[in-house]
Amino acid sequence: MQVTIRVNGNNTTHEIEDRLLLVHYLRDVLGLTGTNIGCDTTSCGACTVHLNGESVKSCTMLAAQADGAEVTTIEGLAGSDEMHPMQRAFRENHGLQCGFCTPGMVMAAVGLLREQANPTEEQVRSGLEGNLCRCTGYHNIVQAVLAAAKEGGAR
Amino acid sequence: MIPAPFAYRRAGSVDEALSLLAEHGDEAKVLAGGHSLLPLMKLRLAVPEVVVDVGRLQDLSYVRDEGDAIAVGALTRHRDLETSDLLAREAPLLSHAAGFVGDPQVRHRGTLGGSLVHGDPASDLPAVVLAMGGTLVARGPRGSREIPAADFFQSLFETAMEPDELLTEVRIPKPQSRGWGFEKFNQRAIDWATVGVAVSGDQRPAIALVNMGGTPLRATAAEQALADGGSVADAAALAADGTEPPSDLSASADYRRHLARVLVRRAVEDARGRA
Amino acid sequence: MSILGTRVVRAEDPRLLTVGGTYVDDLREPALVGAAHATFVRSPVAHARISSIDVQDAREAPGVVAVFTGRDLDISPSPPAPMVTAAMARPALATDVVRYVGEAVAVVITDERYQGEDAAELVMVDYDPLPAVVSGEDAVRGETLLFPEAGTNVAWTGGAEQLDEHLFDDCEVVVTQVIDNQRLAPAPLEVRSAACAWSDDQGQVTLWLSTQGAQAARDELQRQLGLEEGQLRVVAPDVGGGFGAKIAADPETAALCAASRRLGRPLRWVESRSENMIAMTHGRAQHQTVTIGGRRDGTVLAYRIEVLQDSGAYPRESSWLLPILTMNMASGVYAIPKVETAARSIVTNTTPLSAYRGAGRPEATAAIERAMDLFASEIGMDPAEVRRRNFVAPDAFPFQTPSGITYDSGEYAKALDTVLEAAGYPDLQEEQRRRRERGDPLQLGFGLSAYVEITAPDNAVGETGRVEVGADGSVTVYTGSSAHGQGHATAFAMLASDELGIPMDRIKVLHGDTAKIPKGAGTYGSRSLQLGGSAVHEASVEVVKRARHLAAELLEADEGDIVLDRDAGRWHVKGAPATAVSWGELAQQAEGDGGLAADSDFSEERPTFPFGVHLAVVEVDVETGAVRLVRFVSVDDAGRVVNPVLTEGQRHGGIAQGAAQALLEHMVYDADGNPQTGNLADYAFITAAELPSFELLPMETATPLNPLGVKGIGEAGTIGSTPAVQNAVVNAITHLGVRHVDMPATAQRVWAAINEAKER
Repeated sequence: MQVTIRVNGNNTTHEIEDRLLLVHYLRDVLGLTGTNIGCDTTSCGACTVHLNGESVKSCTMLAAQADGAEVTTIEGLAGSDEMHPMQRAFRENHGLQCGFCTPGMVMAAVGLLREQANPTEEQVRSGLEGNLCRCTGYHNIVQAVLAAAKEGGAR
Repeated sequence: MIPAPFAYRRAGSVDEALSLLAEHGDEAKVLAGGHSLLPLMKLRLAVPEVVVDVGRLQDLSYVRDEGDAIAVGALTRHRDLETSDLLAREAPLLSHAAGFVGDPQVRHRGTLGGSLVHGDPASDLPAVVLAMGGTLVARGPRGSREIPAADFFQSLFETAMEPDELLTEVRIPKPQSRGWGFEKFNQRAIDWATVGVAVSGDQRPAIALVNMGGTPLRATAAEQALADGGSVADAAALAADGTEPPSDLSASADYRRHLARVLVRRAVEDARGRA
Repeated sequence: MSILGTRVVRAEDPRLLTVGGTYVDDLREPALVGAAHATFVRSPVAHARISSIDVQDAREAPGVVAVFTGRDLDISPSPPAPMVTAAMARPALATDVVRYVGEAVAVVITDERYQGEDAAELVMVDYDPLPAVVSGEDAVRGETLLFPEAGTNVAWTGGAEQLDEHLFDDCEVVVTQVIDNQRLAPAPLEVRSAACAWSDDQGQVTLWLSTQGAQAARDELQRQLGLEEGQLRVVAPDVGGGFGAKIAADPETAALCAASRRLGRPLRWVESRSENMIAMTHGRAQHQTVTIGGRRDGTVLAYRIEVLQDSGAYPRESSWLLPILTMNMASGVYAIPKVETAARSIVTNTTPLSAYRGAGRPEATAAIERAMDLFASEIGMDPAEVRRRNFVAPDAFPFQTPSGITYDSGEYAKALDTVLEAAGYPDLQEEQRRRRERGDPLQLGFGLSAYVEITAPDNAVGETGRVEVGADGSVTVYTGSSAHGQGHATAFAMLASDELGIPMDRIKVLHGDTAKIPKGAGTYGSRSLQLGGSAVHEASVEVVKRARHLAAELLEADEGDIVLDRDAGRWHVKGAPATAVSWGELAQQAEGDGGLAADSDFSEERPTFPFGVHLAVVEVDVETGAVRLVRFVSVDDAGRVVNPVLTEGQRHGGIAQGAAQALLEHMVYDADGNPQTGNLADYAFITAAELPSFELLPMETATPLNPLGVKGIGEAGTIGSTPAVQNAVVNAITHLGVRHVDMPATAQRVWAAINEAKER
């Protein structure tokens, strides 16, 4: 079947297999490899992207379901800026180590602030429960999100 | 992991969905938000030949005040339940519980209808709808029918839905009393409930249990004890009566029975605190 | 001012944050154009004879290029660990017998990724079931042998051959506890992955591999594939975590290279998470019996630990290295006069065991730290006080333990006092007393753990470093160490910058490519900074020395009068800064003479021994058994700190992983050897919602064993935190008569422990 998905501001149209998952559309068809795959049970959140502005797990969605929708991946988050405030906050607070969970974590964190602009630490922690990180113990990720909340991270 | 091959059909209307279901019968699965179905398909525990995507049927996504009842479209997402002012006012148990389903990303996709039709006894919202005395509206080739939640959940992953039917609406009668309580006990926040409890009402509440058997269950003995004026503690002690909870990796049946008793007590106390 | 010790944000982050890293599956190398995809067919049974493998249907499936079984590919088996009988060697693909669920029996090669899973389902393997050996007791009994030719399920024994029956003769109090240090899945967020491309004449092969050590992987694979030295180039691109489970090259990698050679086509392989959970090596899995004895005044006189190490189906490092490290570190931070250790490693029909963050050391610490609490409880003394009384004294270093190893430096009591003060220990005791008095359903518990660990245990292997100054004045640092999140590109650039006076943004750090760095050990055992960092430091010092010589020539002055202005990054004659030469000019000067560069291969005389004290505070809901970790306070002294940002990050991650073992994680098998936690929905990987923020306290006690004074920090957090959290859980319910709760201290276990105590 054919889908047209607006990804990071660009319309993309491709003929795809019906069963193609959105994450593979992004990675293998479009070559946007920033979005990672960490599990097969919708548990880890490494594949988190924004669908029409909200965080979703792109491994648990068919590309066909995103037909006509707007998708933002880590590559498109900053727009024309060098870095989105959330990306800057992750760097300044050492919110990443191996980097594998990072794109999904950042997208989830931005989505979180869009729904809750000034969260408490506890709200950040429960807001990120769908994203697993093995390296950081989440400490600095939480610090980064709290810092970003002060710097317009909801953008 | 990826699903086995299937044919994707997108429904542009309820009628189109029904005709696709009529055409493909048992071989088809309805895809709404996809957060129950796609994980099973990826593990190849579900291998439908046809997937009928009803996700575009925006006219099935609503929360409406209909006087005595709140009508919720089957495709209303958990996130929309969670943030609905109308629900917060008129059926706070449902909006509160919806905020505990899965994680934020799951709540952005998963729908009330999908969660009910999946018939997973470990799921939160079936018990909530059961406690609230909801009615499910199914449409099929023979028209619409209303199924009380008490008759809807039949056994593990089995509901009263026919393969050619589509769930369109859930009607929640406005609670008569202000109290409600909800307890979800799990090891990690993202886990399914080991045991959950939904309490609707306060002095003579309806109490429904999550993951205490093959379907969501009413804790009838505990309800009766409260209705008879018994103490919360005495009533809660009966919470597991008549249940046959599973024993699995996360909990033994005995532990589940114990949890049900503790959680029912807490949830009823909360409900009365809110009344 | 030196940059060392300052908070420098990471150089590697902008790329990881904006476009994501380049992990194996992200590679778009020209050599991989047209690559086919490998999917492994894995055993669904724990123990069986393979009577036949029918690949016909799979071969005819859409997109299938080939299907190979073990008999089709010429791969030498992986030898077991040293000291283990060769009869326990492991074939790359099982041919006659499968020995665990998840063992690979065939590989399907398809044009497209999605076709692989479809076709793999069509490979029909006829399994003739054998009884599964799952528990340690079954393995020891030996009624069923995994390797009949070996004649036993015991792969290795070490330590005391016969237990000393008089070990505890002088003790007034003796306590024994059986402890299960449960099996864990390392679960790096990036699963195992590789891509492979042979040259047209098949004389050369490049393997991109998600590994912690490209050079070690190269050596192992060259042997397995029968290649000459230099034929195989291994490249580690970005690696999404390893935690010890990516140290070596796994058998699938050898099969991938062999299949690629047979087909004359590049191949890619990325396993699924469900495969990863059962086919990547697991960690821990020690069954321990610990006995501690001493006087009622709190003096510990004797300690014994007996270890039964589950090696899984094929013994690797697990069979000897893990229990040896456990035995070496048995007595921890305490000066215990008599220490006895004994270990056995067994094979079972489960996933093979190997290193996982800490690798044998967390098991040692968990045992002695539980034992100290049990002893304290038995004599009715505060656990902090019992620890203080038995610490190795600060003036006793270098300190030789009864296990025969030498600790370099330590200040254990100082670490304890720092933690107790920051935690407000008396307030915690008071709050606990209040909650107990009023019968609060939410009881408070706090637990201590004082640890010492061994880092760079293979100190003599050393690590390589090379520093090269380019004609443009930029620097390339080559290291045999291999980052996968630790921040080498930042830390090693800081080390070079500090010596050379060249800003960090002009310094590039390369690792994990055997073509560019032929010799190296890799990153494991908390060795990177002390060995690899010291090598970079030494090479930098040598480059400065050579540059000074060149500058003296150029400026026509004595070397002794030449000054490196580190702030300006230029060389001049003392008192004449106006006439200066740049690094680039010196590098140009050296061009005819091999360039301005130096190599170092740094090894330490002995390993180093970081230490620390952790304190965990938990709340236990005594009605449900639910545990919540509410505070965590730690001192982790790993010698001098080069970049606090990085060491704190390592501590955070370690603490979380340790807490996860104490509270949640457990790789479970049923009695038939079927994994019950084979994906991330069932395996309780800890999330942000289960953890508090951590309170870290600084402390630095330098080691004399390397020029930087640094020790390892990668594993310390995990080693210390596990028993602190476990002790806190027990502490919360000790007034209810509970003495011990095994890990993970799940709600159900805690509830059962309370019930059991009530019934006693």
